[in-house]
Amino acid sequence: MNVFDIVGPVMIGPSSSHTAGAARIGKTAALLLGEPVAKADILFHGSFAKTYKGHGTDKAIVGGILKYDPWDPGIRTSLEIAKKQGIYVNIHTGTIENAHPNTALVTLTGSGGTTISVQGASIGGGNIVITKINDMEVYFTGQNTTLIVMHQDVPGIIAQVTNLVAAGNSNICNFRLNRQEKGGIAIMTIEMDSDVDPSLVSEIRLLPHVYNTILLKLG
Amino acid sequence: MKLKYNTVEELVEAASSSHQKISEIVLEQQAGDMELTMEEVYATMESSFDVMRQSVISGLDETLRSPSGLSGGAAARLKKSVDEGKNHYGHLLGNAISMALAVTEFNSCMGKIVAAPTAGSCGVIPAALISVMDEYDLPKRDIVMSLFTASAIGMVIAKCASIAGAEGGCQAEVGSASAMAAAALTEIFDGTPQMVSDSCAIALKNTMGLVCDPVAGLVEVPCIKRNAMGVANAFTASELACAGIKSVIPADEVILAMKQVGQLMSTSLKETSEGGLASTPTGCRLCRQIFGPDACGGE
Repeated sequence: MNVFDIVGPVMIGPSSSHTAGAARIGKTAALLLGEPVAKADILFHGSFAKTYKGHGTDKAIVGGILKYDPWDPGIRTSLEIAKKQGIYVNIHTGTIENAHPNTALVTLTGSGGTTISVQGASIGGGNIVITKINDMEVYFTGQNTTLIVMHQDVPGIIAQVTNLVAAGNSNICNFRLNRQEKGGIAIMTIEMDSDVDPSLVSEIRLLPHVYNTILLKLG
Repeated sequence: MKLKYNTVEELVEAASSSHQKISEIVLEQQAGDMELTMEEVYATMESSFDVMRQSVISGLDETLRSPSGLSGGAAARLKKSVDEGKNHYGHLLGNAISMALAVTEFNSCMGKIVAAPTAGSCGVIPAALISVMDEYDLPKRDIVMSLFTASAIGMVIAKCASIAGAEGGCQAEVGSASAMAAAALTEIFDGTPQMVSDSCAIALKNTMGLVCDPVAGLVEVPCIKRNAMGVANAFTASELACAGIKSVIPADEVILAMKQVGQLMSTSLKETSEGGLASTPTGCRLCRQIFGPDACGGE
């Protein structure tokens, strides 16, 4: 926690949890998709489901999917902008088992046909936790600079990625690996103490067995 | 001395022993923690302050109305009364209350604000600082620096208790904002670090037990007017502390008591809209009016 978690974020109102947090969940999903969004399916759970219209949670999460930050006024008109861009948006409510009261499950389909589902919770003050990607349990907040590497589970891949991080002189403060099954699709979440050179992302993407890499820093 | 933000006492000791202001130590150490220069960290805080200033200006638009129709225009109304010299409790207080309404009304209209510490309590700190800055023509740097003291107090509260209405009720949101504002004001007016701590304690004591009971689950009724109360309470607490009046219960004990009160508070009074003002006949009627006949958190 730092001073800007307390005095901050700068955001479009009205609710840090129901607006800023929702925008961050949407943006994280769009970044993870890694290609232009063609279709967005959004499931709201708990308090999100009950009050999303009054809080503009729908506008915020779609704004996030358009890659707006929580302080971008474009959030106010995001539903219209998404429509203009030809993005099909479906919002519905339901129950997600064992989920935080402010949880959204965002399933995005890209223009190239890629699909990704991201489940995130807005845990207060605009802070979020991403809890699932494609039904795989993960845990990251985006508060630190975070590398998310989607890859195939093969021997030596962690060493190759972390060697590149080390070469960039970045200190890893948290490392986590989740995988579907041995040899299957896996996700590394690497949180770092300081910002990194964006070229690190392209270097990691060039590694064999890496499907996608994103650098996440939620301002 | 490396700050851990576990107690207010730690902040007071660090500042007293080094003959610095709390804000100076916090800025220096935060820069180290974030691997940024002090100038960069200050500049980020200054830009947040600029957003606060703009949200006061935008929120004073008399035509503002929230999407629910529950709020908008109150800040402009009070500002008009203050400008015409018709309000009864002085220019500073009238202006401050009007600014708190302005920022929170702008927030409910999807305006750009700074969560401080939350969006629901975003009016207290800007109103306290900007009204005082304007009234006494204070340098911007002092005001921006005081936000580091406010943040440090907020970090201690967030760590030891909570700043979320869903966990601790409104005392954790507007109460925390009021304590943070009181601390900032006390530092601005050259209060000692101990006075900063006392003003924080007094503000939190005065809001203890305040529940979070938003009508229709929206950050409007009663949140907007509670922000106005929050700034008046911050003035009260800082005025007392700067006159050398101590809080009988020390700040750290008050924060833990606030946490305990939050835990004892029924869930129906913690941002679920199932009790308090949300479940009054008028609260339920408004909820149905906004969300349709089947909606009402108060049933």
